[in-house]
Amino acid sequence: MPLSQRLYKTEAIILRARKLGEADRVLTLFTPTRGKIEVKAKGVRKTTSRLSGHLQPLNRCMLALAQGHNLDVVTGCETLESFRALRENLDLLSRALYVAEIADRMTAEHVHNYPTYRLLMETLGRLQAAPDTDAVLRYFEMKLLDLAGFRPEVERCVTCGKALEPVDNFFVAVAGGAVCRDCVPGLAGPRVMTLNALKVLRLLQRGPYNEVARVRFTPDLAEEVEKHLRGYIIGVLERDVNSAAFIERLRRDGAHMMVEV
Amino acid sequence: MNERSTSTAAPLARLIEEFYRLPGIGPKSAQRLAYYILRMPAQDARSLSDAIMEVKERVTLCSICQNVTEVDPCRICTDAGRDRSVICVVEEPLDILALERIGSYHGLYHVLHGAISPMDGVGPEDLKVSELLARLKDGGVTEIILATNPNLEGEATAMYLSRLIAPLGVRTTRLARGLPAGGDLEYADDDTLTRALEGRRELSE
Repeated sequence: MPLSQRLYKTEAIILRARKLGEADRVLTLFTPTRGKIEVKAKGVRKTTSRLSGHLQPLNRCMLALAQGHNLDVVTGCETLESFRALRENLDLLSRALYVAEIADRMTAEHVHNYPTYRLLMETLGRLQAAPDTDAVLRYFEMKLLDLAGFRPEVERCVTCGKALEPVDNFFVAVAGGAVCRDCVPGLAGPRVMTLNALKVLRLLQRGPYNEVARVRFTPDLAEEVEKHLRGYIIGVLERDVNSAAFIERLRRDGAHMMVEV
Repeated sequence: MNERSTSTAAPLARLIEEFYRLPGIGPKSAQRLAYYILRMPAQDARSLSDAIMEVKERVTLCSICQNVTEVDPCRICTDAGRDRSVICVVEEPLDILALERIGSYHGLYHVLHGAISPMDGVGPEDLKVSELLARLKDGGVTEIILATNPNLEGEATAMYLSRLIAPLGVRTTRLARGLPAGGDLEYADDDTLTRALEGRRELSE
């Protein structure tokens, strides 16, 4: 193969980085045209590396890559957007890492998915600026589920297909969404879903972000919606989301510190 | 590596298996090392196996700073000549070697044995964080230098620790970030350049 075909350039958001060997890293990238890919960055753990600063997780950058035997190798990189505000605040950072983790786990490699790339980019930007980061996360979760083909059903009962009555219903992650009172007996792990939560879930699914951002959630409602979506995501992934535990911990520590002061 | 057990003497096959489990050692390297040991003088082989056992039996973690040591508390923690009011927090024991090499830091250390990595499920409870807080509660420490690596995990760890330490009234500082010696300005990333600019110093002759 001629050299020109072995080298290529792509924009990417760096989702995660893991150590490899003495001074290398394997990076998980999300690209606009190639979907999720894994690449190797050589020597980036040395302080003399010119690339390391550009190759931090959550960076959006332009990369030059060379096709390798196994993994493609980074030959150059320039930061387009470093989302600096996310890195300087632990609460924002923990949320951004949560976004990166579920984006990584919910997508397959080498599957072109531009809408997901766009969603990721917008979400990281919104986290930097939005007053309510929980709304940003819930919107991201719902849209990502949609784009990954796991859209939860919240318009009608998953089991009987009838329109949901405007009362408290149930959300059953393993069933795939909302379940009415008549159908819930016998289903595993049902959670009561208040009418307000149902409205929010529908808004998250239908609405553009601007409309979601206008809604003010009470703490109880925010917590309920979070639990429904988190349970559903864990069901889809068939595993826990690691970063969620850290967000939880920071919340607990925060509450604890306020009590101490 | 099962097929080898028929053509290779059993003890040799076992040694190959053991080497294969080490980081960075593939099947070929494992074989090469095992055959090298086979041809070694017996006393050299004995010395190697003794060294391995000695590491396991005699090296422990210092009960104060969590560094690896053969005497507890370690030599740095018991050194009367060191400044006991400053603790430099690092991720790994190897970081202490790097800092000791420059010879201009005379305070104490604390080894976390890792960094917070939320995506990999590594949280503060997996690190030697409570041991650090215990050292601060005794009083006498006036400054904590956070010397975790300047990457995402290291920064997250530093931010987390500074949050924990803030209510205790101990001054926390972070190692400076900026341009590396021998580097070119044009290759610097935005983050590093911004911080280098923020942390600029007056030139004094």
